[in-house]
Amino acid sequence: MPNKTFFWFFLPTGLAMILFIGLPIISTGIQSFYAQHDQVVKEVKKCDPFGCTVSIVVDQEKTSKIREEKPLGKFNGFGTYVDRNHLAIEEIGKFWSETNSFGEFVDQVTNLPFYKALIFTLTYCLFVTPNVLLLGFIIALSLNAVTRRIRGPLIFGTILPMIVTPLVGSLVLFWMIDAEGIIGANLQMLMDDPYLSLKSSKTLTWITIIIYGIWHHSPFAFVVFYAALQTVPQEPVEAAIIDGASRWQRVRHIVLPHIYPVVTFVALISLMDNFRVFEPIIGFSAEGSAQSLSWLIYDNLVNEEVILFGSAAATSMMTIVGIAILLAPVLIRTWKEFRTAR
Amino acid sequence: MEYGLDKRSNALKIFNTTFIIVWLLVACFPFIWTFWGSFKVRADFFSRADWWYAITAFNTLLETGGKFTTDAYSQAWTEGEFWKASRNTVIVTFFVVTISLFLGTLGAYALSRSTRNYAFWILIAALIFRAMPHITLVSGYLFPFFQLQIWGILPTTIVVLVAINQPFTLWLLYSFFKTVPKELDESALIDGCSYFQAFRHIIMPVMWPGVITAGLFSLMLAYNDFTVTALLLNQENHTMVPKIQSYLGTNQHEGNLMWAVSAVVSATAPLFMLVMFFQRQVISGLTAGAVKG
Repeated sequence: MPNKTFFWFFLPTGLAMILFIGLPIISTGIQSFYAQHDQVVKEVKKCDPFGCTVSIVVDQEKTSKIREEKPLGKFNGFGTYVDRNHLAIEEIGKFWSETNSFGEFVDQVTNLPFYKALIFTLTYCLFVTPNVLLLGFIIALSLNAVTRRIRGPLIFGTILPMIVTPLVGSLVLFWMIDAEGIIGANLQMLMDDPYLSLKSSKTLTWITIIIYGIWHHSPFAFVVFYAALQTVPQEPVEAAIIDGASRWQRVRHIVLPHIYPVVTFVALISLMDNFRVFEPIIGFSAEGSAQSLSWLIYDNLVNEEVILFGSAAATSMMTIVGIAILLAPVLIRTWKEFRTAR
Repeated sequence: MEYGLDKRSNALKIFNTTFIIVWLLVACFPFIWTFWGSFKVRADFFSRADWWYAITAFNTLLETGGKFTTDAYSQAWTEGEFWKASRNTVIVTFFVVTISLFLGTLGAYALSRSTRNYAFWILIAALIFRAMPHITLVSGYLFPFFQLQIWGILPTTIVVLVAINQPFTLWLLYSFFKTVPKELDESALIDGCSYFQAFRHIIMPVMWPGVITAGLFSLMLAYNDFTVTALLLNQENHTMVPKIQSYLGTNQHEGNLMWAVSAVVSATAPLFMLVMFFQRQVISGLTAGAVKG
């Protein structure tokens, strides 16, 4: 296809992506260097029969005037990146010199909002991704062994958790797991602990959200693995059966190597999706004990008084860096393949 | 795998069947339970005293005189203005699907027929764009949209959702276009068609399965979106998902939690029906990128 024709065909979608994905990333980058204005204060002298007092009040007029003139805020450089709510360089230095043991230091650092969220996000990715691959693969193997006639409805039932939006999916589970729901109430009875509830324990909340993640993402892994299983060639499998290979040996040495490229694909997609975990935290009302990077951004953006554009943007930029690190191995591999192909 | 040679032991068969039944219960029961509970009053579905009430409908019987009640639905749809939210969802979904398919088929066709290097790099860029968490993009939108005073209205959200949806649509349609033989449009070009005529009259008619699949995924993205719609729309224009969240926020009101339950059922039912109808397309779409590419 000539370049000119390509250009006109690609223009609409390219423009949409540049304007609404490319530019916003740049806009986020710029915003991250600005912080909202401080309020302008003025001294007011108030005199009464007992003497004069000087009090400091916010000058509403001047404050809103400055905000109107420079809506982006004041230039802050990398200030937002290193402040207490983000990388907290100063605080970490202080903890390092003040704490006695390494454990205590780690404890202090992981209580800082950004590191807390980072650790939750990474824990979530680390536990959800491998389990999704495993569960998805097992479901695919066992559904593949069922009579073809009843597979349709079974597949439909299996993919339900995936097609609902994460907020709805987590709400539906939350209503059951909560102390007043069917599972929560039975757990209380079983454990004989009337105060056992999701909100009371950080560990329980984390486990619940991770289980939710596995429940929500496994169907995707299932669908892809199931399709890949249909393409496994029959001859080597039959040869292996004749040679006396056990079922496990067949899966391990014939099926798995065949679908290996698909496994990396699913792992990559699910890592990308898990890294942006955010809606389940709202669905489970777990803000208290579990915060993710995306949730931090959301929280800054729905701030009641002033929207913290700068703070949200700084967290966004660091999230993008995180995504880049996750994607780097894949991109490097693609680049190498591309070069050798030429 | 059904091979004549492969004899399964009975133990394995039983294990397999049990596993599938357990998994299906785990996957489906939450939805069945929520559907059942949406016809009860709050004191039953969220029972402090005894969860068994949700089945016997003790309080529902006391409060409404019947075992099932549709109060939550009628209140959410009228008083809770869920009708407005669902209308907004229909508008947003319709336009997002049409526009993204229009842009996506043109772009993906060009990508699949180009032999240049830049086509490869565009696809890689699309993959990177696909990886961006939506919330980071939203934090980029908010400020400029406030300044341009286009925040809060439906058209802005539609355009944003179309753009966010493009990378995935491009990849999906690209892999579908790749399966259409090049000779088909080349012969049309030799006969004197322009590229656009070949695309319009020769390629599109054989592309319907791919277009339907891509359409379904755009539909699911627009219908299910929370991040973009919750932050870019004002209260008045909220679609269904942010509306459900707003019912949760005002927990003090006795009826509201049940509004959320009935709203969840109302929002999920059409989606389930659609997927049941188009199951084959959904699965082919999910696997197109993985298995063929």
